[in-house]
Amino acid sequence: MGKKINRREFLKIAGASVGGLLLTAGAVTASGKEEVRPFKPVTDGYAMLYDATLCVGCRACQNACRRANNKPAELDPTGLYDAPNDLSGDTWTLIKLYKSEDGQTWSFVKRQCMHCIEPACVAACPLGALHITPTGAVAYDKNICFGCRYCMVSCPFGVPRYEWDTTTPYIQKCDFCTSNGRLERGEPPACVEACPTGALVFGTRSELLAEAHQRIEAHPDRYVDHVYGEHEAGGTHALYLSGVPFEDLGFPQLDEKPLPESIKIPLDYAVPSIIVGMTTFSVAAYLVTRGEEDKS
Amino acid sequence: MTVSAKTISAQRTLSWGRMLLWGLALWGLVAAIYRLTNGLGASTNLSDGRPWGLWISIDVLAGIALAAGGFTIGAIVKIFHMKRFYPLLRPTILTAFLGYVIGAASIFFDLGLPWRIWHPLVYHNLHSPLFEVAVCVMTYTTVLALELSEVVFEGLGWRTLRRLVGAIMIPLVILGIVLSTMHQSSLGTLFVLSGWRVSPLWRTGFLPLLFFLSAVAAGLSMIIVEANLAARAYHKKLDQPLLAELGKYAAWVLLVYAIIKAATFVMSGGLAALGENLWLTLLFLVEVIVGVLIPLVMLFSARVREDRHLLFRAAFLVAFGVLLNRFNVSLFGLKGVAYVPTWAEWGITLGMMAGAILFFDFMVRHFPIFEKGH
Repeated sequence: MGKKINRREFLKIAGASVGGLLLTAGAVTASGKEEVRPFKPVTDGYAMLYDATLCVGCRACQNACRRANNKPAELDPTGLYDAPNDLSGDTWTLIKLYKSEDGQTWSFVKRQCMHCIEPACVAACPLGALHITPTGAVAYDKNICFGCRYCMVSCPFGVPRYEWDTTTPYIQKCDFCTSNGRLERGEPPACVEACPTGALVFGTRSELLAEAHQRIEAHPDRYVDHVYGEHEAGGTHALYLSGVPFEDLGFPQLDEKPLPESIKIPLDYAVPSIIVGMTTFSVAAYLVTRGEEDKS
Repeated sequence: MTVSAKTISAQRTLSWGRMLLWGLALWGLVAAIYRLTNGLGASTNLSDGRPWGLWISIDVLAGIALAAGGFTIGAIVKIFHMKRFYPLLRPTILTAFLGYVIGAASIFFDLGLPWRIWHPLVYHNLHSPLFEVAVCVMTYTTVLALELSEVVFEGLGWRTLRRLVGAIMIPLVILGIVLSTMHQSSLGTLFVLSGWRVSPLWRTGFLPLLFFLSAVAAGLSMIIVEANLAARAYHKKLDQPLLAELGKYAAWVLLVYAIIKAATFVMSGGLAALGENLWLTLLFLVEVIVGVLIPLVMLFSARVREDRHLLFRAAFLVAFGVLLNRFNVSLFGLKGVAYVPTWAEWGITLGMMAGAILFFDFMVRHFPIFEKGH
């Protein structure tokens, strides 16, 4: 670029260095800051225990959820009233029936948000629309969400659903009766309150874990010796007891590592290093190769 | 700008191609209007079982990887002072800019609530890889626009502004390098958090590194591909030795990529997953053999690099391999329900590409894109 630019050399390098330093400073402050929202795991928050062996499949929980959260009933293609197949933009929870191929063993299972202690969806959400409340519930702020659906891609339980049939779609998922105020008032979620058989119990996570293990101990013949949600993905606030293997009920086999742990290295360590490293490298390369300018 | 006789003749030879491009752009426009008035669910085949589709795979993931030539050529020319590559700088910055605009625009159409696209400026989750991608892509698109503005100001004869941009060019290029390293790798981090969904053939914690390296290789290769296409479209002479040198750099980056990909593949148990699913295994083999190994061998041969057609083919294969890799990670190998894009999804993708080519052509005609630098 000739001599004219050379006079600006000082300015350029100064600019580059200042820019790089600012970026670095920003990244360092950002990575060092303790986030209050959205990511502050609660270890002994409110939880619920679902005992599949006590569930009679009456779907009172499903109905109560609709009423408490203003969700319309879903009709199937034949017009059958409210027997949806799966979670959806209108259905936050539902009871499904599992039957083995020979028809000999069967079990009901309740589908809903697991309310992970360290949720993948909360780590995924770029805006913090999904967040952990002080009670431990994973709630959603529809005023923040812009609809990228990364929460849906990352949730290992396939819980967040989308309102595909509207022009202003939001994410829909069980929020443990946070937005309707029940949890804040100390009331159990509507589904738990509606359960007539005691298949759903509400309490703190440690209470319910103790209860679950007690039930297994008292009736080892009745249960699979496993409380689903105790360790899966670092633990969840929805806990499950079952008489049939959990894989059969559609639960994924997950290890004890919370999913957000997997991106700690690339995000919290690699990114600041990239900022510092690449800036330094670029400035150094610029200075070192300056004399070797080839003509063209 | 005055239209010279030369431009008009060029226009005639391109007329069939131009009609096709305008047709695609029109299809895109109709699709865009349909998308914005009828909503995401009505215009796409996306569903709860397949929340991300064509736009994310091709326009965001593949497009941004293929546009990595912008920051690499900037580094080569402005930071490493290899000024002999200057003739490639401007066209590459222009195509990179267009690539990022397409990426940003497809994110706009893909968002359920597109009018909230500015939300990352106000709402932050610093622990989300997608937040980092959003901020980097926004900033880097601005950086590319500024880098490109030099050409525009030069063409318009606005000397003061031209000098002003020239004065901050080096910091801009460095910022571009830093931002690109960040988001090219963070696009891979997206599929580490959701790793359970990714097929074991591509599932590894090293996806960020692999995404970055493959983007650099693809970016360099795309410079070669685009130089060939531009030479054909505008009857320009190719500087083969220059492209051959780029090909050599691409070969080395591709080699590092291939080694790390192979090592992480074995480490994360990919071998056991080979053959588990025939269709995915086939896609994997095509990706690594056709998209990595064959061009790797080709690019390391001086005879190939010196041959215009062979180098073009090798570079094309690298770009194809990276494109296929992004589809494999984010669509084919990503657990979900079957999905075929709708006419509106294809329309927006193809329309934006056609629009980008038309814009490139417009810029070439009216601004000093292919001008010899100073």
